[in-house]
Amino acid sequence: MGRYVIRRLLQMIPVFIGTTLLIFIAVYALPGDPVRGLFGDKTPSGAQLASLRHEYGLDRNIFVQYGNYMWNMVAHFDFGTQIASGRPVTDILGDAFPVTIRLAVFALVLEIVFGIALGVISGMFAGKFLDQAILVLTLLFIAIPVFVLAFLIKAAILFPADLPPNVNDSNNLGQMLAPAAVLATASLAYVARLTRGTLVENRRADYMRTAVAKGLPRRRVIGVHLMRNSLIPVVTFLGTDLGALMGGAIVTEGAFNIKGVGGTIYESLVRREGTTLVGLVTILVLVYLLCSLLVDLLYAVLDPRIRYA
Amino acid sequence: MRGATSAKWVAGAAIIALAATACGSDDGDSNDSSKKPAAGAVNAKGIFSVEVGEPQNPLQPANTMESNGSIVVKSLFSQLVDYDAKGQIKMVNAQSVETKDSKTYTVKLKPGWKFHDGTTVTAESYVKAWNWAAQPANKQTNSAWFSDIKGYDDVAPAKGKPKAEEMSGLKVVDDNTFTIELSKSLPYFEYKLGYEVFSPLPESFYKDPKAAGEKPIGNGPYKFASWDHKKQIKVTKFDGYQGPDKAQNGGVIFKNYSSLDTAYEDLKSGNVDVLRQIGPKDLPVYKTDLGDRAVDKAYSAIQTIVPAFYGKQFKDVDPKVIQGLSMAIDRDTITKTVLQGTREPATGFVAKGVNGYQPNVAGDVTKYDPAKAKQLIKDGGGVPGNKISIQYNADGGHKEWVEAVCGSITKATGIKCVGDSKADFQADLNARDAKQVKSFYRSGWVLDYPMNANFIRDLYGTKSDGNQSGFSNKEVDALIAKADAAKTLEDSVKEYQEVEKKLVEFMPGIPLWYYKVNAGYSPKVQNVDYSQTGDPILTQIQVKK
Repeated sequence: MGRYVIRRLLQMIPVFIGTTLLIFIAVYALPGDPVRGLFGDKTPSGAQLASLRHEYGLDRNIFVQYGNYMWNMVAHFDFGTQIASGRPVTDILGDAFPVTIRLAVFALVLEIVFGIALGVISGMFAGKFLDQAILVLTLLFIAIPVFVLAFLIKAAILFPADLPPNVNDSNNLGQMLAPAAVLATASLAYVARLTRGTLVENRRADYMRTAVAKGLPRRRVIGVHLMRNSLIPVVTFLGTDLGALMGGAIVTEGAFNIKGVGGTIYESLVRREGTTLVGLVTILVLVYLLCSLLVDLLYAVLDPRIRYA
Repeated sequence: MRGATSAKWVAGAAIIALAATACGSDDGDSNDSSKKPAAGAVNAKGIFSVEVGEPQNPLQPANTMESNGSIVVKSLFSQLVDYDAKGQIKMVNAQSVETKDSKTYTVKLKPGWKFHDGTTVTAESYVKAWNWAAQPANKQTNSAWFSDIKGYDDVAPAKGKPKAEEMSGLKVVDDNTFTIELSKSLPYFEYKLGYEVFSPLPESFYKDPKAAGEKPIGNGPYKFASWDHKKQIKVTKFDGYQGPDKAQNGGVIFKNYSSLDTAYEDLKSGNVDVLRQIGPKDLPVYKTDLGDRAVDKAYSAIQTIVPAFYGKQFKDVDPKVIQGLSMAIDRDTITKTVLQGTREPATGFVAKGVNGYQPNVAGDVTKYDPAKAKQLIKDGGGVPGNKISIQYNADGGHKEWVEAVCGSITKATGIKCVGDSKADFQADLNARDAKQVKSFYRSGWVLDYPMNANFIRDLYGTKSDGNQSGFSNKEVDALIAKADAAKTLEDSVKEYQEVEKKLVEFMPGIPLWYYKVNAGYSPKVQNVDYSQTGDPILTQIQVKK
């Protein structure tokens, strides 16, 4: 087990270098220049531009820039400085990530609780009316775009109830409920359908018949034998989804005025702030890698047939 | 200059021009645009909130170019002079600004002014601050503003190492007097002095300029309280303020919104008090929603489409062709329909609310007349290639009107016209800088200072910062030089009015429309008005009891 984890951690290094380098080159290849952008419609003097570009090392070879950046990041935990505001990128990450993590974890909890509950109900009553109703509901959840849903929730629930329509304080869980729900809906539907599918499949499995034949109580048959096996694909999905929730909440964050990672990524992209962008993405890549490792380790817990040497 | 960076611009009119300054009249009854709601009792200590995004740069007065930073800096720093709603100069921190030859200006300060940290504002506070900001090493984006002052080229040479640390044209006479000598005479230099870049700085600034950008100490009507990045900035009334525009409220919270739509929802639910703009989604309903708290008022900014004179297509074009294209644009209909009444058809190159604005200066050239348009284009030898394109940035909400303008031109003249969309503002700028614009590009300009020279010299002079089209005309340059050499400010304004008339003959761009403020405020506040820059005048807003 320990050796397996170390091997996986070592595998992360090339992935990490590859992704960050790709992002670095991609930002570099876009037309535009963060220093030039500071001046808008006025044309700055050549000397002004050159000295600013030199200051931020933008006049060097792209690979030299990348090397320096990565070295500072790994050796001194220094993610560079944002060009326009002059703030260290670590500050900007420190502002954005806690907010987004709160939102993503909140959404994930909603997903697990409601998604699995709906999926189990659906799976236990497969083919009955309740199952059909839940299938229609999840289809709706998948079909409605996020911004439409955000608008509907505001118009139908928050405004009539005189609740604040937008998040003014990201520490207030009550205010975060609406955006977390919006963020969770699509994934929630996937979780419900995935749970239902595996449940229906596993109900007919041999070990289930054996468990019933042994005279185990129904609670134990379903709760332990059936659930444990059925949740494997769901756990896989949830693990990768956490990363997606953190990086992909741009629309939801925008719709509810949440100052998180999504908006910061968009803004850095528009302003060609390469250093900020690579910093953000680096953290997201790490989250993804660690989530997928965690998922693989959970397999061993859930499925007795899987053993890591 | 307003940078189209924040979500505000992404969602709304991404006009790109300098955020200039403008200020409220302190008599508090200048609201000419709308019926005023009944005035209630005022809570002088009341604090209200304004929708303002995260400033792009640190809050250093010479480093702020875009609207989000500039409204905050403006509240913290006062300059020597300011302007009223008609573009006339009024004194703020200066007792007087005098000149005999438009080349040497003598500035006398009102004594007894204090910075927020209790130190005194002296002539030295100004001179030292300007010298500091002019030095390239200090990386202030607005440093080019000092280039009129004698000795600027030694401090910030175009090439090579600086020869001096101080501009020779700035001399402190005594505590409350200093002189400014320019490299050549400029009758309207006084106008420039109202821009934030000409703010004074306290001694404490130089110890740690970076920290001062995070916690600025100024001499303005408000003092800095806190800055919670990406969430809000708070400023409170400065009790020791001596200026004419004392705050009539207890302070301001600049609240950061990611989009105009969320800000508008919060206005309706009472979580923000003053907006600067309404998003396209809510434009059709905001007047019914807000009633007499809805604002609809022109401000000094103009949108033009500019032909790239360096390109093959318009290199030697006859101005008649551009005039013809201008007459093929049905401005009235487009501003009413596609732009939902948020713009006013332009009738010249200079925007409203600016000293020297002349109504209807372009005459027929900005009137829709398909027959005449066709004739003019034919007389001018036609449009090369019989096809034009208009470059714009897709992230600024321009697509709809560009298509409408194109449709109008094609319908009137049969000339093919397409929008040439660039992904975002950076890409758009990049193509302009690299002189890659094929045909026309979109350009927006918000005033820097309310004098017509700003809309003429700074955009169409051959070597001007804002001239990106390669327009170069000896006659216009000569007239501009003459206007700059005028004896008095009044003469200069008049001369520039003549230049504007000349521009109609040469058509360095096609004026489309003037911008309007479409905004609103909550029932909690009153006496809300907007300045020539389109920003709310913070000091005169009153919070109701």
